[in-house]
Amino acid sequence: MIYIENLTKLYASTPAVDDISFEVETGEILGFLGPNGAGKTTTMKMITCYMPPTHGRIKIAGYDVFTDSLEVRKRIGYLPENAPLYDDMNVLEYLKFVAELRGIRGHEKSSRMKKMIEVTALGDVLHKDIGELSKGFRQRVGLAQAMIHDPDILVLDEPTSGLDPNQIVDIRDLIRRLGEEKTVILSTHILPEVQATCDRVLIINRGKLVADGTPEELQSSFQGAEKLRVEFKAADRDAISSRLKELSQVRSVNDVSQSQQSYSAAFIVELEKGSDIREEIFRLAVQENWVLLEMYKEQASLENVFRELTV
Amino acid sequence: MSNILTILKKEFKSYFNSAIAYIFITVFLLITGWFFVSDLFLANQASLRGPLSIIPLIFIFFIPGISMRLISEERKSGTIELLVTMPVKDHEIILGKYFAALALLFAAVLSTFPYVMTISILGEVDGGVIFGQYLGMLLMGAAYLAIGTFASSMTRNQIVAFITSFLLVFIFFLIGKMLVFLPTSLVAIAEYISIDFHFENLVRGVVDSRDMIYYFSLISFFLLLSFRALGSRKWK
Repeated sequence: MIYIENLTKLYASTPAVDDISFEVETGEILGFLGPNGAGKTTTMKMITCYMPPTHGRIKIAGYDVFTDSLEVRKRIGYLPENAPLYDDMNVLEYLKFVAELRGIRGHEKSSRMKKMIEVTALGDVLHKDIGELSKGFRQRVGLAQAMIHDPDILVLDEPTSGLDPNQIVDIRDLIRRLGEEKTVILSTHILPEVQATCDRVLIINRGKLVADGTPEELQSSFQGAEKLRVEFKAADRDAISSRLKELSQVRSVNDVSQSQQSYSAAFIVELEKGSDIREEIFRLAVQENWVLLEMYKEQASLENVFRELTV
Repeated sequence: MSNILTILKKEFKSYFNSAIAYIFITVFLLITGWFFVSDLFLANQASLRGPLSIIPLIFIFFIPGISMRLISEERKSGTIELLVTMPVKDHEIILGKYFAALALLFAAVLSTFPYVMTISILGEVDGGVIFGQYLGMLLMGAAYLAIGTFASSMTRNQIVAFITSFLLVFIFFLIGKMLVFLPTSLVAIAEYISIDFHFENLVRGVVDSRDMIYYFSLISFFLLLSFRALGSRKWK
């Protein structure tokens, strides 16, 4: 659906996007991840035909964004960063304006508008000026205009910024539902968002593509060692610690007990890659008559992956 | 074509959503009305000559005010990004916006029609002259608006757009007033460039194709420049 080859964008000879290549399939939700100024927005501006690439090319549904720009633009719905909208129009007027520019006429226009108002829950603010709306409502108007022509591809630049937690959940659900049939590219620097919505993640840093994969793949490939957190109801920490160290495949044991909670002893047990000794720990606890309060595998979070790649 | 109309409607409405349209029409009628009425009562003359003598100056101040927001506001608020990533061609954007400003100018100019009715009650109306005078006002205004649209397409700052178009328009106006200082070889050229010279012709009721060509080429030239300025984002 989207085909990007050696994409480069120079701003006065400094590269904002540096030789990026990737493809996106239909029905994929792609998350663009990266620190501020990494080149996410620039890439999106090139995909949506706002500015041309300096080198390389982008093809969307077989059309080149530079030479067949009009065909590409018909197929894309775009929500730029901060949802720039006409402040002096009211929501209804604005959606009508966008629908007309998108070539939606007559009966279809009113049914599409009704649908969008319903999906983005704008019913209460239809006759308010956009300039008076809160950030969350503006963002939803922006989403409504991006989807009004039922595009094959949605490009959303930080779609959930400025929304409250309930709205964020709503918008994520909406994106997930849309992503079943459509191709969605969204950028964000909120990591849980990527985990919650995206099928695939691209991490960009200083204009370069540094990682590409599903959130799970990224987590496991950047996981140095398996970590287990175990907590016992017991006082003799040193004894427990030394017994744990004797187990096979254990690299190190860290005491992370909180000193004020003297009845419990908590440890982070670092294991060899790919090993799992939860059963052994359980048996040891039974044997020694320690009361096991808690035991779980610590995941290398996407945050760690992100930091490792971009700092 | 329908895109031009959609943009035209939206822009025209936004003139009336803000105070611009009301201020422009009110002040325009107040000033022209004053000149018309003072001629009528003080000089016992019922003609459009009075208002027409001041209109080039009114336009110099007010038309940059109408056109300054057309594109610079979109640049400032970032809405330009959404507009140009919709399936709309650049020339449709420029023309839609230009025609909206033109429609406001027409509304203001045509609302002076009661003066013509007054003249027809009090004296003789020469239809040809009246036609030339209105055509002159509209064409001069349309040329100023094209210059203003260009100035607005160059910047994201409305004040800069206003000052740029004011200066450009003022130069076109001033050339005609400077003829005495110019060497004779340049007079004919300067006269042709001067916006006022062509206006005077039309106001006398002489509708000459040379004046029409002058105005239409000025309008096309500056609209083309605006089109290029809007397209500058596509430069690699």
